[in-house]
Amino acid sequence: MKTRFVWILVFIGPALAAMFIFLIIPIFASFLLSVTDFNVFSLTDWSRANYVGIDNFRDLLSDPLFWRSLLNTVYCLVVAMPLTVMISLGIAMLINRERTLFKGLFRVIYFLPFVTNTVAIAVVWGWILNMHYGLLNWFLGLFGISGPNWLGDPTFAMPSIIMLVVWKAIGYNMILFMAGLQNIPDFLYEAAELDGASSWQKFIHITLPMLRPTMLFVTTMMIIGYLQLFEEPYMLTGGGPLNSTLSVVLYLYRQGFRFFELGYASAIAVALFLIIITITLVRMRLTRHSY
Amino acid sequence: MIERRSIFKEVAVHGALIVGALAMIIPFVWMVSTSFKLPKEIFVFPPTWIPSEPTIKNYVDLFRNLDFARPFLNTVIVSGSITFLSVLFSSMAGYAFAKFRFRGRDALFMLILATIMVPGQMTIIPVFLMLRHLGLINTYSGLIIPAMVSAFNVFFMRQFIITIPDDLLEAAKMDGAREGFLYFKIILPLSGPALSTIAIFTFTGSWNSFLWPLIIAQDERMYTLPVAISVLAGQYGENIAIQMAGSCIVIAPILVFFIFAQRYFIKGISLTGMKF
Repeated sequence: MKTRFVWILVFIGPALAAMFIFLIIPIFASFLLSVTDFNVFSLTDWSRANYVGIDNFRDLLSDPLFWRSLLNTVYCLVVAMPLTVMISLGIAMLINRERTLFKGLFRVIYFLPFVTNTVAIAVVWGWILNMHYGLLNWFLGLFGISGPNWLGDPTFAMPSIIMLVVWKAIGYNMILFMAGLQNIPDFLYEAAELDGASSWQKFIHITLPMLRPTMLFVTTMMIIGYLQLFEEPYMLTGGGPLNSTLSVVLYLYRQGFRFFELGYASAIAVALFLIIITITLVRMRLTRHSY
Repeated sequence: MIERRSIFKEVAVHGALIVGALAMIIPFVWMVSTSFKLPKEIFVFPPTWIPSEPTIKNYVDLFRNLDFARPFLNTVIVSGSITFLSVLFSSMAGYAFAKFRFRGRDALFMLILATIMVPGQMTIIPVFLMLRHLGLINTYSGLIIPAMVSAFNVFFMRQFIITIPDDLLEAAKMDGAREGFLYFKIILPLSGPALSTIAIFTFTGSWNSFLWPLIIAQDERMYTLPVAISVLAGQYGENIAIQMAGSCIVIAPILVFFIFAQRYFIKGISLTGMKF
């Protein structure tokens, strides 16, 4: 029996209307804006924006700051992703062991950073990373190491940001890995033990292959998330020193909401969208073939 | 020999977990400790873990001189409204997508699903222009309405409600109940766990959200806590203690909330990979 139209309207109407107005239409509008020169003067009078074709994208390709921001963001991704996977999988396996004590407590503690406000904890990290009075350099000093100027040195600024990013992401991924580990049937390990497999062999031949679906999900989410890096560099370095931590979204924010070059900023948004979609699809395609 | 090796192993495993756990906790401990220090103790080296003269001056300053009550209140109003509206609308739409029968239902649902993939930055500029045109910059509506839309919540509710047996609904329909009645009397009461999960995630997500409030709340009176903190860090760069007190105020409510509701957080993530 079909549901009466009124009820459909009442129940789906609000969510659908909101979704069209604030999600679906804006996605298309972003593409439209990216081919205009919409800027601070068009803000008061939209008709002053002109169609400029692919000029924004051409400018983008020859914009050293855009390339720099893309390079920085990819740098963060390729370093932070394997680190996050290794650490969170390692912790998940340690907590998941039968003989580990205080499992619940460890799980909560490792999860804490994930629910924490990034902006607020970035302020704390900024202080921890302070060259003279920071906790980290004090700690390194105990071992006779004189720590660098973490946030002020172009070489160490991005690693500092990666530290915070990974620290925050461990808990979330650990939970996913724990769920994945619990889905691996025990008899696989028991059978391997009977055949005399070592721990390492069990990890390579049972754990990793059985975690493939979790791994696909975790890495896909991570690619999408890390490519949108924004709050950490915004708070810790403002993109500096010497643009060494300028991320794509930070550059988008700067162009769009500091200089009000909204057409150009939309082109950055479209470019980021295309990059994310491409990497995600390639990633899925690759995994499918490796089965 | 075997016994000793396994004791060794247990010590190593627990040792590693404890070292990692310390790395997770120390930033919080340091934040709390510093927030109770007097300015002169901040630059003491080596650092002191327990303030020698504990003071609540930083918190008092924050509320009295910097009027932190306002962003706190704003954040409560905005996060609360977003959560309420999002839970209401997504459970209604989830019910319709799960149990109503009409043409184009699945196509519409697929369209909604597809938007989950789109990064948030894609919509920010057009929505900003739209709200600016409507005069909604620096308003609660501007902070709340665009953020209450969540394709994921609709998806999550639909997946949950679809598991509620049709027989229950059919039986009530026989007695003449309408869809509205079914929603309030059957769907909502049976969806408790799912509703709590999306409520918790939506609340945490909006409490922590930054980029959108940064763009919409340009007037000091409309700042949310994260925006207020970012401004504070810029203006009071030297006054570390007051920044730490500010960070504490932003982080503490969610942390307490999490301790009580951790079951839902962990279930939500392990079942669906839900994120903020």
